[in-house]
Amino acid sequence: MLVYTLKRLGLALLVTLAVSMLSFALLYLSGDPAAAIAGETANAEDIEAVRVYYGFDRPWVVQYGEWMFNAIRGDFGTSYYFKLPVSQLVAERLSVTMLLGVCGISFALLTAVPLGVAAAVRPNSIIDRIALFLSVMGQAMPSFWFGLVLIVLFSIKLRLLPPSGSDSWQNFVMPTIVLGYYAMPAIMRLTRAGMLDVLGADYVRTARAKGAGEFRVMFKHALRNAIIPVVSLAAVQMGFMLGGSIVVESIFALHGAGYLAWESIGRNDLPTVQALILVFSMFYIVFTFLSDLLNAWLDPRMRVG
Amino acid sequence: MENILSVRGLTVDIPLAAGTLHAVRGIDFDVKRGETLCVVGESGSGKSLTSLAIMGLLPKQAQRSAQVLDFEGVDLQTASNRDMRKLRGNRISMIFQEPMTSLNPAYTIGDQLTEALLLHRKVPKPVARDRAIELLEKVGITAAANRMKQYPHQLSGGLRQRVMIAMALMGEPDLIIADEPTTALDVTIQAQILRLLKDLQRELNMAMILITHDLGVVARIADKVAIMYAGEMVEAGSAAEVFTAPKHPYTRGLLNCIPVPGKTAVGEHLGSIPGIVPSLIGDVAGCAFRSRCDEATAQCATDIPARISPAGHLYRCVHDYDMNQPKSGEA
Repeated sequence: MLVYTLKRLGLALLVTLAVSMLSFALLYLSGDPAAAIAGETANAEDIEAVRVYYGFDRPWVVQYGEWMFNAIRGDFGTSYYFKLPVSQLVAERLSVTMLLGVCGISFALLTAVPLGVAAAVRPNSIIDRIALFLSVMGQAMPSFWFGLVLIVLFSIKLRLLPPSGSDSWQNFVMPTIVLGYYAMPAIMRLTRAGMLDVLGADYVRTARAKGAGEFRVMFKHALRNAIIPVVSLAAVQMGFMLGGSIVVESIFALHGAGYLAWESIGRNDLPTVQALILVFSMFYIVFTFLSDLLNAWLDPRMRVG
Repeated sequence: MENILSVRGLTVDIPLAAGTLHAVRGIDFDVKRGETLCVVGESGSGKSLTSLAIMGLLPKQAQRSAQVLDFEGVDLQTASNRDMRKLRGNRISMIFQEPMTSLNPAYTIGDQLTEALLLHRKVPKPVARDRAIELLEKVGITAAANRMKQYPHQLSGGLRQRVMIAMALMGEPDLIIADEPTTALDVTIQAQILRLLKDLQRELNMAMILITHDLGVVARIADKVAIMYAGEMVEAGSAAEVFTAPKHPYTRGLLNCIPVPGKTAVGEHLGSIPGIVPSLIGDVAGCAFRSRCDEATAQCATDIPARISPAGHLYRCVHDYDMNQPKSGEA
């Protein structure tokens, strides 16, 4: 287990390094950063002055080294737009995004897993059909459209929920549903497929032959094995929700990190964008790492040799 | 002695798109305490479905019916799910064909063994644990206490089948059904497992139904033998009678397939039965074996009554057969 953990950890660090290089390279991939900061009306001298001021004239290895060194200490530089430390900015916004992400993935798991189990227990039944319908809908509807539909319905017609902002829990209801519903179909289908597979397994028959009740057979013996791939998927989707909730946060004007990323891209606020990309990628990496550990914990075949 | 299990007219039908598959077609048998019944037949003869029908573990779409399906006074046909659960793993245990996949990969051997007892008895966990260790030792597993902490994937097939046997014994069952328990194991292990089963059955005075397609196995451990063909019991009786005076041509065909030490010469062809098992979809009339039988006559297409041999065992064949007469075409 220790070797396995260390291996995964090493892999995670390597990926982090690669991502950090990419997000640093972004500075140059989007054109001349000095020209971008100086603005459209600046002349060549102004641009050169900006270049020297921000240190863009130095070799890129030095710049990367400095940026990385600072980033490790939590210093991502100063936002071009807000003139505030990027780390402070990101930390403030991240709490909203994390809350939304946790709500979203919980909503997805709490609907998808029971529905997937129910669908697998009675394949081709009415429940299975409903589950299939919901998952096709979830996959086919773009988040921005579904979000707007909810706003029209619950905010404008029924006047039940606020359409935008992040002040109270009510602001999180619709974003949670939209974000969670996006992740739900895949989790549901994987749960269903896994359960169908496992319910036909010999050890499930053994459990019944022992005299175990249906509930125990389903949850203790079958779901425990069927849930293993679902855990990996949910972890990756959790990473996605924390990083990719840009669309949902923009629609509902939730002041989260995704919304900040969207704003910063529009404002060419590169230090902020870089920091956010690194943080979002870190989420993916951390959650993948955690899901590997969780998988090993759930599946003794990975844990004990 | 009192019968533990009585079965009369058991049928299992499986509805398919092409028609109803009559997988088990009205079989009768009894098992007494301390007795081993071997059910012999080739793949698809309905032996496994028979055992699952007794356990109440048939696939959902399969339909079971019987005139009598009685386990120690409990009518298994009318028993509720709850009552069946109380019997399974407690008074009737089952050992399956596939030891490699019959244990849950997510739980330790100890968890799975103790569960079998804790589901039925209100005993403290340490008591269940002690019983599990005791049974692991009884089925010949060394360092049993350490094995309890292991997961199935850490054990070989032979060990896993021993664990399955120990699990089946946790509730001290009155009847144990072993469905081809040695098919997936290599030959040296097969013999050990069978001997173990037979010894345990004697020691604990259980009734045992052993399902197999290996007549060699039967000769060693059966008290009674039932030969199944195409969902029917074509011959049934004490092992001695069926082996020495087989009345059904299918039984004789099976016996001809076995090499006999000292009698079968090196290089001699062993017997084989030509043809394949007929389809059991739709109505099946007459003797199902007649298309493969040397002795088939027009009479075989009619209903075949169960007959009793002079030796006292049951068979379903219209022909009289004398062991001492050479078979037609063989002289």
